[in-house]
Amino acid sequence: MFATNPINLDPEAARAAGHADVVAPPTFPVVVQEHTLAQLLGDADAGIDFGRVVHGDQRFEYTRPIVAGDELTARLTVTAVKTLGGNSMVTAATEISDAAGEHVVTATSTLVVRGDE
Amino acid sequence: MAERSTSGAPDLTALSVGDEVAQAEHLITRDSLVRYAGASGDFNPIHYRDDVAEFVGLPGVLAHGMLTMGIAVQTVVDWAGDPARVVDYQVRFTRPVVVDRNDGATLSVSARAAVVELQNHRVRVDIIATFNGQTVLGKAQAWVSFA
Repeated sequence: MFATNPINLDPEAARAAGHADVVAPPTFPVVVQEHTLAQLLGDADAGIDFGRVVHGDQRFEYTRPIVAGDELTARLTVTAVKTLGGNSMVTAATEISDAAGEHVVTATSTLVVRGDE
Repeated sequence: MAERSTSGAPDLTALSVGDEVAQAEHLITRDSLVRYAGASGDFNPIHYRDDVAEFVGLPGVLAHGMLTMGIAVQTVVDWAGDPARVVDYQVRFTRPVVVDRNDGATLSVSARAAVVELQNHRVRVDIIATFNGQTVLGKAQAWVSFA
């Protein structure tokens, strides 16, 4: 992902900067979040046609960085559903916590589901 | 070049709103897209197959939005000195980045200080990412904390 900072790649550099191990790039939580979004999109009750989904926006809000060795748990909440001009906009917030149950980062996506054309 | 402390943090007292803190150009090729697909697990074929992109009515094979978002923040990470200092980062995906099979796509990134909070040791950096002279991200904002 074009990440070149030594703190992303080199455990020695990461420790020298005060981290337990190498630090994940700022957008890495999407990989964890993706598993929760797949559950949402795969849920027939949600009624979302994956082929019509466009990524509208994305945000990551950190309490602390993700480092190698973290055991993370993700929990997705649908926080908003809006309909605009035949399209639906679904906002989903995925809270990612560590093994101690402490908050690490919240990844929020708005998915635009295109209506029938 | 801004002065830096031993922790690699830029000198915030020398920073004014509007200052450009980072600038870079990145060439995204089809190889980049395949590598990102593998790293991210996003194997949507619109990001590597011309025939599929055409079939669904796209202007061509597109870069993953999350790849564009990730690349755009790298210059900010380099300025901040530590990826862990990016504590909040958001974008809107406003235009697709079409990656030509031969020439790829060049993403230009410029980052400016938008809010400087000296007492909280943090800065909001606004990012402008352009491809072919048009912005591809909207409301691209990163809060960088040096606390």
